[in-house]
Amino acid sequence: MLKQKEVVMAGFGGQGVMTVGQLLAYTAMDEGKQVVWIPSYGPEMRGGTANCTVVVSDVRIGSPIINNPQSACVFNRPSLDKFGPLIRAGGLLLINSSLIDVTSGRDDIEELLVPVNDIAIKLGNPKVANMVMLGAYNGATGIVSFDTLLKMLNVKMGHKKELLDINHRAIAEGRKIGEKFRTKAGTK
Amino acid sequence: MAKKLMKGNEAIGEAAIAAGAPHYFAYPITPQSEVAEYLCWRIPEVGGVFVQAESEVAVGNMLFGAAATGMRVFTTSSSPGISLMQEAISYMAGAQLPVVLVNIMRGGPGLGGILPAQSDYNQAVKGGGHGDYKTIVLAPASVQEAVDLMILGFDLADKYRNPVMLIGDGMIGQMMESVEFPEKYRDPVSPEGKDWALTGAKGRKARITKSLFLDPEKLEINSIELDRKYKRVEAEEIRFEKYKVSNKNKILIVAYGSMARICQTVIDELEEEGISVGLFRPITLYPFPGQAIHIEAVKANIKTVLVVEMSMGQMIEDVDRYLKGKKPIEFYGRTGGIVPSPNEVKDKIRTILKSKKAESK
Repeated sequence: MLKQKEVVMAGFGGQGVMTVGQLLAYTAMDEGKQVVWIPSYGPEMRGGTANCTVVVSDVRIGSPIINNPQSACVFNRPSLDKFGPLIRAGGLLLINSSLIDVTSGRDDIEELLVPVNDIAIKLGNPKVANMVMLGAYNGATGIVSFDTLLKMLNVKMGHKKELLDINHRAIAEGRKIGEKFRTKAGTK
Repeated sequence: MAKKLMKGNEAIGEAAIAAGAPHYFAYPITPQSEVAEYLCWRIPEVGGVFVQAESEVAVGNMLFGAAATGMRVFTTSSSPGISLMQEAISYMAGAQLPVVLVNIMRGGPGLGGILPAQSDYNQAVKGGGHGDYKTIVLAPASVQEAVDLMILGFDLADKYRNPVMLIGDGMIGQMMESVEFPEKYRDPVSPEGKDWALTGAKGRKARITKSLFLDPEKLEINSIELDRKYKRVEAEEIRFEKYKVSNKNKILIVAYGSMARICQTVIDELEEEGISVGLFRPITLYPFPGQAIHIEAVKANIKTVLVVEMSMGQMIEDVDRYLKGKKPIEFYGRTGGIVPSPNEVKDKIRTILKSKKAESK
């Protein structure tokens, strides 16, 4: 097992990439891991690009800036173009295939296509696309336990109880895809 | 207390509350506006005072007035805002008033940009305002350390009756890390026991707080008194951390704040390639741990001292001052809001080692 794991969450402002990054960080912290969550920040406006990096580690974390992350979840095309080439060889790229109709073109990383917007719309709320992605990412990597993840979701979203159920279902849908991918990758 | 995941900016605000300092004067500026956003609801909960001033010049003078009452007071700002406060900082140093100032640095000069930088080093450690004075300067490398140093900062400000500045950069302010606060928060620190505080002269002799001494003899005495205090600070308050410093090191990096964290990754990754590098991280920038750097740097195994900063090179002058030419010093820095990546620093180290090898042939 690697001592440190890194993931970049990237998309348009408003797609909830910062939120899922934070939820992952909260969860990992609850499990006793060292964590850093760092956003890109700049003179951005609504609809601009947004990304954050989450580092989870068993030991003290050095640089919060990661040149070549092990994995990335890209929610839109500009994010694929930006982070696709940066992923470390052997790493994992999750692509939102609802909005991105190409892949990275790399053969030294694994790719998982997840139509997160389509799944979210089918569930009844397009805003939970980010949770579908988080479910798929954690299903594929197992960085945190789903029990803790759902527990932290309840804690962090406790003030919006009416939205808890659909967020749970979104994570579950993503999880199925991620775990199926991992099983398949494992049997290769 | 349970661990929390917090942004550096918010944690700095909470740390001041923990230190018994719920009195805050500020004007918003990126990349530290979340401090004010956090404190605008947090301070009323603990019964403190939060004034959003009309400008940073006003902030400085509000701090001067409030600090004179003996309460613990503070502000947070970023580079251009800190420049505007320099007059009041000099006045507070001259009048020997405790205050904590936080500078979450962004790229300069001028309005510059809003991304992380360390280019206010000279301003922070060499005075900044006019006159013979110093501010104690603390440089955290993590959110937890920002909290710990904020609390220490208030204690040092009171102990020495002097402005203390905590300098971080946009990265420290914006990133979230797990953080723990003290189990027991201090009660808002009162002026009791501060025999200089202006608390109303009823029943006692009036006290005077000022930085104006028109009689040159008295002004000189004030400066000598300050100087004695700074000597004491230099003798007692130096803090630093060493990371993987050993007699196998070929290179000793000197870096502070977030830059030091990036260098920590550089050191871990180079270690896997069989290249041994150590890190010396000043935590207090004033008083500067120059003697301690000297002790490590002159060891026979060290070929070169590499200073890494997010600036065009400012702390390097202090390192140079203490090494007195006894070891070659190299510099690597990026600025304007660009944060050097571990890869860039690694390349710099490889280049140094290659040229050393060529020299020894």
